[in-house]
Amino acid sequence: MTAPSTLDRLSSWLHRHSGVRLAGLLSAPLLWLFVAYLGSLAVLFVSALWTVNSFTGDLVREPTFANFRTILTEEVYRTVTLRSLGVAAAVTVIDVLIALPMAFFMAKVASPRGRRLLVIAILTPLWASYLVKAYAWRVMLANGGPVDWLFGGAGNGPGYGLTATVLVLSYLWLPYMILPIYAGLERLPDSLLEASADLGGRGGRTFRSVVLPMIVPSVIAGSIFTFSLSLGDYITVQIVGGKTQLIGNLVYANIGAANNLPFSAALATIPVLIMVIYLVAVRRSGALEEL
Amino acid sequence: MRTIRVFTALAAAGLLALTGCGDGGGATGGSGPGGIKPPKIDKLASLGAGEGQVNVVAWAGYVENGSTDPKVDWVSGFEKETGCKVNVKVAGTSDEMVTLMKTGDYDVVSASGDASLRLIYGGEVAPVNTDLVANYKDVFDGLKLKQWNSVDGVSYGIPHGRGANVLMYRTDKVTPAPTSWSAVFDANSPYKGKVTAYDSPIYIADAALYLMKHQPDLGIKNPYALDEKQFAAAVDLLKKQNEQIGEYWSDYTKEVQAFKSGNSVVGTAWQVIVNLAKADGAPVEAILPEEGATGWSDTWMISAKAKHPNCGYLWMNHIIDPEANAAVAEWFGEAPANKLSCAKTADKNHCATFHAADEAYFDKVWFWSTPVEQCLDGRTDVKCKDYSAWTQAWTTIKG
Repeated sequence: MTAPSTLDRLSSWLHRHSGVRLAGLLSAPLLWLFVAYLGSLAVLFVSALWTVNSFTGDLVREPTFANFRTILTEEVYRTVTLRSLGVAAAVTVIDVLIALPMAFFMAKVASPRGRRLLVIAILTPLWASYLVKAYAWRVMLANGGPVDWLFGGAGNGPGYGLTATVLVLSYLWLPYMILPIYAGLERLPDSLLEASADLGGRGGRTFRSVVLPMIVPSVIAGSIFTFSLSLGDYITVQIVGGKTQLIGNLVYANIGAANNLPFSAALATIPVLIMVIYLVAVRRSGALEEL
Repeated sequence: MRTIRVFTALAAAGLLALTGCGDGGGATGGSGPGGIKPPKIDKLASLGAGEGQVNVVAWAGYVENGSTDPKVDWVSGFEKETGCKVNVKVAGTSDEMVTLMKTGDYDVVSASGDASLRLIYGGEVAPVNTDLVANYKDVFDGLKLKQWNSVDGVSYGIPHGRGANVLMYRTDKVTPAPTSWSAVFDANSPYKGKVTAYDSPIYIADAALYLMKHQPDLGIKNPYALDEKQFAAAVDLLKKQNEQIGEYWSDYTKEVQAFKSGNSVVGTAWQVIVNLAKADGAPVEAILPEEGATGWSDTWMISAKAKHPNCGYLWMNHIIDPEANAAVAEWFGEAPANKLSCAKTADKNHCATFHAADEAYFDKVWFWSTPVEQCLDGRTDVKCKDYSAWTQAWTTIKG
């Protein structure tokens, strides 16, 4: 019998030291997570404390809370934050209302073949560019365009503005709401619905007492997508939002137009904070396991 | 100017990545407010042999080698003639240009007036020895040694072309035809919700220009030099205007579409937008209102750290060569800088349409400049609002 090779010895050593084994396995992805992802977040927070020399545009690396003070004291930033929150919430609610019946039909009513077709139909818009869809809506919402016509004449539709922004964002993010709810409903055994019917529960009652409690985590999982995507959007609102501005626009304007990176960083911490609060609140519901 | 949106950085995650990692390595020291003199950099004394290539930062449409449209090409000939290969980097905004020039990797840049001063005072660009640019003598005098391309009589660049921000209106919806910027600043406008304005902090100057004529007691001498009180008045006017605005534009294709559909009926525009809208069948007209207007004038500047200065100079000479200058002016839709270009344009009316030789027209135009703390109008007893203050105010105006 030959002596064990170095590789064999290493492998048996690793077998005995499970901690080292685990560390070796996870260090690369963890490094990615901490350095590339959390690291950049840390840089974001640190650079929010800097300022810019208004004359040459160079960064002044002296920590100060001036940026945050401006954000907290100027009323416009509060208004824009609340508006962004409102848009994100409205988009989420609209998407839930549309997605629930849609997903229920797909999961419980449609034939297996129809189900597949519907999933494809919902996924197809995701293949088209975001910009193409947003500009298509710009044309549809134009003065005298199809949406105006639907409301009975030029100028009767919503035109460009906050309503249009909510409408287009709801359209854009709808698949992200339908899919988790659909997945949740598929896991819901049909026998539960039958049992409810056997016990005399009508459709509405079954929905309220059986279906809804079981898919709440799915709805919340979907809402994380729609909410965070809406909160960070700045392009749709530029295209159909008229003169509306959201947090994303402010971040963009301060980087793109003003070359004021630190102030943008300070602004960008607002949605990060909102999302952290949202995720912590949501964690208790168990929705994170549905993602 | 021309914030032609660069939509490549689309991913929502890109937002975080940008704010997180884009801090770059800004130079330390440099001239801050207080040290108003630009850093001393020597201009090129004499022209040597070309280095074989030149790295250019330019607006879209300024450097065309036939790849966009085979008929549109003023680069290939230059490359053949001088042996300088042209590597172009298209920038979407003035700020992108400033950032790119800070890297030191580029030789020349087509800077607008709201970028040029920042480049000069940041020490990114060198003075230009105009004796080495043969075509410079044919440049319109109205473009030479201006506030946005020179400091203390030292030229920092070669003028490229210019245009005015005009007042565009729908002829079928706006009657009587406007003659004044009141059409967009009137608090009781009959066109409420259909007024448009340019979406950039630099638009504050348009309000200042209006106040310059309509509230002379404010004492505004230059719309880019606003002290506390003047600035507050301009911001106030724009906040009132905001109630009339349907949408702000920064993407010129968006404005063409908005005027065509009638979502916007009156507002500020560029000549090229007017032409595109007319070509699209929209019943629009444009005027230079009685108050005058703001405008833009682009300048080719050479990097202080240029690795290919000779090719850079050759390029600056070439781009204002009558033929090339005519071609670029027609392609982009602006007034050329070279007097002799007017004879070379394909459309013989081009110079008339864009008022190239019309100094009286451009006398009424206040070209974009970067607002700085030291008032551009020469006042030393007050501090003026700088561009970062303008940007933050612009956010407040839009609400």
